Amino acid sequence: MEHIELFFKSVFVDNMVFAYFLGMCSYLAVSKKVSTAVGLGAAVIFVLAITVPLNWLLDQYLLQEGALTWLGPDFADYDLSFLSFIMFIATIATMVQLVEIIVEKFSPSLYNSLGIFLPLIAVNCAILGGSLFMQSREIETLGLALNYGIASGIGWFLAILAIAAIREKIRYSNVPAPLRGLGITFIITGLMAIGFMSFGGMLTGGEDEATEESKEDTVGMVSTIETTNELTDTDLSLELKEDINK
Amino acid sequence: MGLLSKKDSKLIMDPLADNNPITIQVLGICSALAITAQLKPSIVMAISVMFVMGVGNVVISLMRNIIPSKIRIIVQLVVVATLVIIVDQVLKAFAYSLSKELSVFIGLIITNCIIMGRFEAFALANGTWRSFLDGIGNALGYGVILIIVGFFRELLGSGTLFGFKVLGDPVEKTGLYAIGYENNGFMVLPPMALIVVGIIIWVQRSRNKDLIED
Repeated sequence: MEHIELFFKSVFVDNMVFAYFLGMCSYLAVSKKVSTAVGLGAAVIFVLAITVPLNWLLDQYLLQEGALTWLGPDFADYDLSFLSFIMFIATIATMVQLVEIIVEKFSPSLYNSLGIFLPLIAVNCAILGGSLFMQSREIETLGLALNYGIASGIGWFLAILAIAAIREKIRYSNVPAPLRGLGITFIITGLMAIGFMSFGGMLTGGEDEATEESKEDTVGMVSTIETTNELTDTDLSLELKEDINK
Repeated sequence: MGLLSKKDSKLIMDPLADNNPITIQVLGICSALAITAQLKPSIVMAISVMFVMGVGNVVISLMRNIIPSKIRIIVQLVVVATLVIIVDQVLKAFAYSLSKELSVFIGLIITNCIIMGRFEAFALANGTWRSFLDGIGNALGYGVILIIVGFFRELLGSGTLFGFKVLGDPVEKTGLYAIGYENNGFMVLPPMALIVVGIIIWVQRSRNKDLIED
């Protein structure tokens, strides 16, 4: 249940592009054609699925306060979390290189479709963002970290696929000249983000923890829904009481 | 400008308008939009990026002849990451609540495409002083957009600037609120940042027809 909840939350509610604007540079630059967008999206899912669990391990056993206790009781006081930026980015950069070499060696066809995008990905904010959010949200297990990586990758993939499809069609529309290209893409993304905000209500039925988190994320949208729920609940109980009184 | 030659001042002035990193080069949007719901974090972000870009460009420019070109991306990442750690630690020490508010977005300066882009395109090929000016110029261009977006979103979304209630008090119905004005809560939400930037691009390109695409 925990896994399913995290999965849907990361794909829809906390979508990388629409809720946090991560990976916007490549999102805007590589979304002119659906085929290239699919390639980059797949590469992002792939790299996120590898780097987020890896950085989770680093965070748990090296960087967090007290993470070094496995070396002996003397190390229990160390807090290396200020090093996390440089460790995370180093992991990401090396993993991307490594993945590139391995894929080239074992699957040339996959390399041909993903290969040109892999170097781009080392500096994609979505990848580093995935690791940093993983750290700041204190995800508990390795399985959940893997789940989070894949799910946020899929969210990014959906976003770039959708915008690429729209941009292919919009070429035939009569957009005001100054808005052509970049401007209209920004505005469409904004509209899509508004659409995605409606997923914010998806998790209100869940456990208290989940609703609390999404409350912060969607700026009170969820809380308004919750209060209305409470209102109807109290209304119902009032009616019931009246019924009993009768 | 007496201090700078004509060529040098062009390095600073160009990114402010006709070669703006956000609206023309489309770089560095990643970390820019999420923190512009208010003016204060926008300015802090702009200053942080200016520090990282100015110093980073100088460091890369100093090392440009000894970096092997095959591993230059990793070297650049290490330089940026080090500078960003400095910024992050300074913010945590002197402005803790603000650093909480900016959360992961300070860390995301590392992957801010403007910085890597300027390292690649300028600092690796130019002298130290010119690289420094280029870094400051591009960071200014980035900061200007951040501040414009932050200004409109805070003013229209919460009716405040830097937390001061410039439009009157919405609860006690003073100032503009007395005649029925309401805050547009939508401006605070993330999607409006994109739309505001879209409108800035629109205004800029309709004033300068050369920039129109296609």
